[in-house]
Amino acid sequence: MIEVKDVRKSFRDKAVLKGVNFVFETSKTNMIIGASGSGKTVLQKCMVGLIEVDQGEILFEGRNLTTMTPEARKELRQQVGMLFQGVALFDSMNVERNVMFPLDMFTDWDIKKKLERVNTVLERVGLTGTNKKFSNELSGGMRKRVGIARAVVLKPKYLFCDEPNSGLDPRTSMLIDKLIHEITIENQITTVINTHDMNSVMEIGENILYLEDGISEWKGSNKDLVFSKHQRLNDFIFASEFLKDAKDMRALETRGIIDDNRDMNEILKEGKIEPGKDEKNDK
Amino acid sequence: MIQLSSFGKYLLMIRGMFHKPENLKMYWKEFMHQSVEIGYGSFGIVVIISVFMGAVSAVQTAFQLTSPFVTRETIALVVRDTVILEFAPTLICIVLAGVVGSKIASELGNMRVSEQIDALEIMGINTKSYLIGPKILGALLTIPMLVVVAMVLGIYGGRMAGALGGFLSADEFDRGLQDRFVAKNVWIGLAKAYSFSFIISSVAAYYGYYVKGGALEIGRASTNAVITSCIMILITDYLIAYFLL
Repeated sequence: MIEVKDVRKSFRDKAVLKGVNFVFETSKTNMIIGASGSGKTVLQKCMVGLIEVDQGEILFEGRNLTTMTPEARKELRQQVGMLFQGVALFDSMNVERNVMFPLDMFTDWDIKKKLERVNTVLERVGLTGTNKKFSNELSGGMRKRVGIARAVVLKPKYLFCDEPNSGLDPRTSMLIDKLIHEITIENQITTVINTHDMNSVMEIGENILYLEDGISEWKGSNKDLVFSKHQRLNDFIFASEFLKDAKDMRALETRGIIDDNRDMNEILKEGKIEPGKDEKNDK
Repeated sequence: MIQLSSFGKYLLMIRGMFHKPENLKMYWKEFMHQSVEIGYGSFGIVVIISVFMGAVSAVQTAFQLTSPFVTRETIALVVRDTVILEFAPTLICIVLAGVVGSKIASELGNMRVSEQIDALEIMGINTKSYLIGPKILGALLTIPMLVVVAMVLGIYGGRMAGALGGFLSADEFDRGLQDRFVAKNVWIGLAKAYSFSFIISSVAAYYGYYVKGGALEIGRASTNAVITSCIMILITDYLIAYFLL
């Protein structure tokens, strides 16, 4: 569990975080959402210690990161894995060396044991047989998976993901989301995901923090999010008119105003959608 | 004021390197890798420059020494001392500031921009020790070696030019080479080489490590690293010459 208490951070005169409070729970995919410039990345960087906070506490199972000695912080960081937006794979190393790097640095295992662990992790992320490939030979989705493999190879207690779906198509995004979610549950990790992708939020967002202008504006799960009446949150999530309408339909359906078992053929017969056209395209 | 704060940041970077390594084996591996990259990677250009530098030095000295009261062996003496004291350490290091310095700055700059340095930090690795330390140590090991090679090849280039040009035979050159040899000059040349090696690697590392922005800034950092290194080399060269000779 990671607890963030009244975290504040300013850059020169500009206050980016203005007192953020939240509890990131273990074995759950915790998500930070918010518009660009709302402070998501800064909050995540503060949580991993890449940026020092001006005020507040960041508690990893009760241990305060902000007051830790450099040695204690170094020790804590070895329990942290991070997937960067641009993945940050080491260009000069192949997939195997990239994933093995944390093992080389922090274990005294022999090469056989290290290779075994690397292959297990690569198999888990669905990249068996890519050991000798370099990052420029991989697709965006594969690179993200290598990033995940490297982040979890040391079996971390905390996993941070910065925009894990950026630059990926919806299907690959969904695969990455599911992978992160499964790994979180399997290894009982506290996962913190920073995202703009509403598909991800709806799919795996178990504990969500909505940041607006550096303030924790809303907290809840993906289910709470759908039915939330928080105006600014709704304006952010359902930015397009289409999604706003879709949300209203869902709300009406839940309240029984729209029949749950409505017959789509009846709707088609009303002439709103031309029957057959989309079916042909689907085929 | 900006220069002062940059210098402070540079000193803090140097201080930040002195930490207990997380894994000595990995640091050693990185040190060996950097030594090969810097030393072996620059060997070719050093050989070419050194031979021609000595040859040109011999030809020009011969052209200027027209007095009948000065023996031809003096050409070898002049070539030897200029190569050992100035050409090999300074000229080679200015070239290496371009070759090695820009490589270090762009490598670290790219790592910074693509968040690879952040990735290492989050793993709990002291990036200043792991990324900058081996580069500086590698430069301190290999650049003076390259300078020694340049000294030898420079003198050999002069000897070759004399023989090929017909203005100084190999025997005359060898006699001149042993005439009034001052061993201290070699030590001064080496003192310069060590100082310049540190300047080249640390200044380039500073510019690369603290890059902010994108690809354009990486290029700018490399250019600034080379310019600053060259200026620092020239100032240090003057100070060493003034105080040690």
